Amino acid sequence: MARMKFLCDAERCIECNGCVTACKNEHEVPWGVNRRRVVTLDDGVPGERSISVACMHCTDAPCAAVCPVDCFYTTDDGIVLHDKDLCIGCGYCFYACPFGAPQYPQKEAFGVRGKMDKCTFCAGGPEDDGSAAEFEKYGRNRIAEGKLPICAEMCSTKALLAGDGDMVADIYRERILKRSTRPQTWGWGVAYKADS
Amino acid sequence: MAEQANTTLNRRDSRRSKRVLFLTLALLLLGTLALPLTGYLVTGVSSVEAAAAQQDASSNPRADYWREVREGNQGVTTTQGPEAGILIQNGGQNWRQIRQGPVTTYGAIGLGVVILMMVIFHVVVGRAKLETRTGKTITRWSMLDRVLHWYVAILFIILAITGISLLFGREFLIPVLGKEGFAAFAALAKPVHDYLSLFFTAGITIMLLKWIGQNIPNAADVRWILSGGGYFGGKHEPAGFVNGGEKVWYWILFIGSTAMIGSGIFLLFPNLDWTREAMQNANIIHGISGLLVIAGSIGHIYLGTIGNEGTLEGMVTGEVDEQWAKQHHALWYEEVKGSTSSAGGAARPSPAAPHE
Repeated sequence: MARMKFLCDAERCIECNGCVTACKNEHEVPWGVNRRRVVTLDDGVPGERSISVACMHCTDAPCAAVCPVDCFYTTDDGIVLHDKDLCIGCGYCFYACPFGAPQYPQKEAFGVRGKMDKCTFCAGGPEDDGSAAEFEKYGRNRIAEGKLPICAEMCSTKALLAGDGDMVADIYRERILKRSTRPQTWGWGVAYKADS
Repeated sequence: MAEQANTTLNRRDSRRSKRVLFLTLALLLLGTLALPLTGYLVTGVSSVEAAAAQQDASSNPRADYWREVREGNQGVTTTQGPEAGILIQNGGQNWRQIRQGPVTTYGAIGLGVVILMMVIFHVVVGRAKLETRTGKTITRWSMLDRVLHWYVAILFIILAITGISLLFGREFLIPVLGKEGFAAFAALAKPVHDYLSLFFTAGITIMLLKWIGQNIPNAADVRWILSGGGYFGGKHEPAGFVNGGEKVWYWILFIGSTAMIGSGIFLLFPNLDWTREAMQNANIIHGISGLLVIAGSIGHIYLGTIGNEGTLEGMVTGEVDEQWAKQHHALWYEEVKGSTSSAGGAARPSPAAPHE
């Protein structure tokens, strides 16, 4: 069974925000919610690097550990999903997440959080695959259609890789052999355990 | 002749080359000694810059970048959102471990121990009964006091139940109600907790301020506490309108609710763009102070109802039996009796403004 992972190659990312736009368009994400974002460190100075980041679909995910209603689950592919029917919008997953992945639409007055929204690795939610209810809540389920996440598919420089962790690692290993540098498997040390 | 001239020339040449060699060596030696000292010219001017340049040259820029990410530094992003520029925040790990570990574990154990203590206390010490009932009553709590107390009490109980449901529900309620059942309750409990907290804040602020004057500790309270309030045998030290134990409860409530309300603001208004660190800390403070006040309230409810005969009627009707006042608040009883005989009125003297 595949273990799905994201990897953003910082040496390749050109901060075009194509992944962000593709994601918003594919899933018709509501205003104010960004399932993916691009962050540039050392902007405008030597050593500037950009990284595209979304939910990393952690092994032993912190969000799932703190959720008071236990609405998270991990698919057989290692994708971390959540059930919006259970979510109460408490914000604990946002406190716990290292990557700032959970997002909340502002529901009404007094800054009350709506139900949490985050990257689904284009794998939808607990509803029937490809159903209207699933699209409404979680966006398109590309995994069920045999496709990979749209952000990585659309990446113009192929900086963002998504798919089975072993294949992603192989592609990346080939690149760093040609570059003859150390690997920079961004975020992997935080998100994934050694054995997964 | 020519040969001789040649050798002289050669000899002169070799002498010159020796001299050049010697001068070169001398210059090298001088250079080796003097040149490193020129470093002081640079460092003397800007030692900080020089050190930074040295560090730059010796470290791996990619490692530096990764380090920058792990330190949670703010980058540039076009995405708008709370702390969107931070790639990895490290506080969540600590928050999760403190909340899931000590707060939940010791909180549950602590509440269990407090309830167990009350049961043991009730079995061992038992109810403090009134020796007799005189039938004559004294006014203890005004209508305003009672309304304030019950308004705060009812809201507190609702907030406590909804609050600990969110803290312990996953461990204790999901196995009973199932995920869907508990989520339906939690989806109601959260907004109820959120909105009622505003009304609770208003009520408890007025109540604590109204009662602060009568809760300033004095020497009689220390004696009362040291004697264990007469619960464990021995002399029941005479107490004023509020005894030492009640004052301890007042200040637990004062400190605990201040912490709860202060931290609650961070949790209730995420739209004010608090940092995650602020909300994480607020959540821990909210949990600990909430548990502390709930533990105190368990003791308060026990002692105010079944623990002491005649206490509850004071907060319900406002009137207490004279025997109750004599038994529990002897100093206050004397005060009231003194003022009643002199002024002829039956009203409770205002504790906030002591009457001489």
